[in-house]
Amino acid sequence: MSGAGAALEARGVSIRYPGAPAPVLADLELAVAPGEIVAVLGQSGVGKSSLLRVLGGLQKPSSGRVLAGGADLAAPHPRVAVAFQDPALLPWLTLEGNVAFGLDFRRQPKRSAAERRALVDAAIAEVGLEAARRLHLAALSGGMAQRAALARCLAREPDVLLLDEPFGALDEVTRAAMQALLLKVVARRRAAALLITHDVDEALNVADRVVLLGGAPARVVGVWRVDLPHPRDGAIAETGALRIEILTALRSAVRRH
Amino acid sequence: MSQAAVPAGAEGAAAGGTAVRQLRARSYGAVYGAVGLAALVAIWWAAIEFGSAPGSFARLFAPAAAFSSLIELASGSDLWTHIALSLKRIAVGLGLAVLIGVPVGLAVGASKALDAATTPAFQLLRMISPLSWMPIAVMALGVGDAPIYFLLTFAAVWPILLNTAAGVRALDRRWLLLAESLAATRWEVLSRVIVPGVTGHVLTGVRLSIGILWIVLVPCEMLGVSAGLGYFILDTRDRLAYSELAAVVLVIGALGFLLDAAARAAHAAWSPKR
Repeated sequence: MSGAGAALEARGVSIRYPGAPAPVLADLELAVAPGEIVAVLGQSGVGKSSLLRVLGGLQKPSSGRVLAGGADLAAPHPRVAVAFQDPALLPWLTLEGNVAFGLDFRRQPKRSAAERRALVDAAIAEVGLEAARRLHLAALSGGMAQRAALARCLAREPDVLLLDEPFGALDEVTRAAMQALLLKVVARRRAAALLITHDVDEALNVADRVVLLGGAPARVVGVWRVDLPHPRDGAIAETGALRIEILTALRSAVRRH
Repeated sequence: MSQAAVPAGAEGAAAGGTAVRQLRARSYGAVYGAVGLAALVAIWWAAIEFGSAPGSFARLFAPAAAFSSLIELASGSDLWTHIALSLKRIAVGLGLAVLIGVPVGLAVGASKALDAATTPAFQLLRMISPLSWMPIAVMALGVGDAPIYFLLTFAAVWPILLNTAAGVRALDRRWLLLAESLAATRWEVLSRVIVPGVTGHVLTGVRLSIGILWIVLVPCEMLGVSAGLGYFILDTRDRLAYSELAAVVLVIGALGFLLDAAARAAHAAWSPKR
């Protein structure tokens, strides 16, 4: 878990809400390397989403530091993209408009209109939505909307992808397709991805490393390396043992909470 | 890729079926609407035919006389001048109401304190009939278009202001969080998320305002101006041209109907995407 060469790093991060007697999260050390997928597991309310907001620069930690590409992260960074639980597409824009949303913001890297169009085209192609690019939100299925939200992240060519249970609301088949897409994208772009989830199977399916948060205040209570090739559907024996180990740790973390 | 193409195609087909159903529903609506309008003319005719003595002056208001006067008026230029002037006043009143109502509504919607401070005052002002300001407006602004613009703006601003504020309060917090995560400036949040996010609400306000404007316009034009449909009503009365008076009433109704239809269309053009 050394931070050398990490795309995203949390050093001694604590999160305490004003007025709360104790922090929700204490002394968190976490580093994600380029091309690596780290899954953060923990039961509901453990502070996973707060952690993601802090790592995305949307919220300041009460102590500790967050570094993106070795530099302190004080505000949302153009190279750190966040995908939320909900696709949060803007209903007045087409799918294409949603993917392009934010690319021309003043604090984003300067790009010409042609460059922006090329990025949007590539991102839409990457998630396989060329046929739907002119559609509005009402005409999109849940899976398509989530793909569009991922494309919106990818269009910015992020070094870091922060994903807050983005596949939670999808059916099994769509979720598996989205997980495969995430693996492909991370491998191709060498992005560092941090996936917040409460689903052990999802963590074991995609992650190179699984980090379990537990206790109150929450700390890292376990880290597992998953050195298995993708796709892992067939590796039931190997993932099965890990699964039991993680579930046991998760249950005892819940008891301590 | 194929996974995306299949649902997209299916959605397209479903949308086609919906369009046909909508078209059918709309043509049913148009037929029933036409029957209703015909019934209205029949009641008008029957009320005059059976409710007044032959040769009495009420007969001058009959549909046949009104429609022939309407054709006559439409072939001249007077009626069109009055219509153009009235529509211009509506446009100015609505434009000013939007210019004032939208920014104030945005501010009131964004600030709980401002909302609490202004709600009683706005509700009080809103409930004062705009026409009761008329003598004050004329005293303060003189005769002519200025008091009319003031009264129309005053009448139209409330639905726009209050709907805009409601729109801001109904904004999806996730859109704001998204903009923040994309490092948006305050101006970008306002122009790219808040303004488009409340447009549907603003258009609802505009539609309500147009209805109010049209109703307030006619009496406003009865005071201190020498053109416009309200003035024209009084002019036909003074000339004892009663069939023309009935024709102008018809024109006022028809134009109001069209204005409302235009406002509905603008609202519908924005809302199916939501």
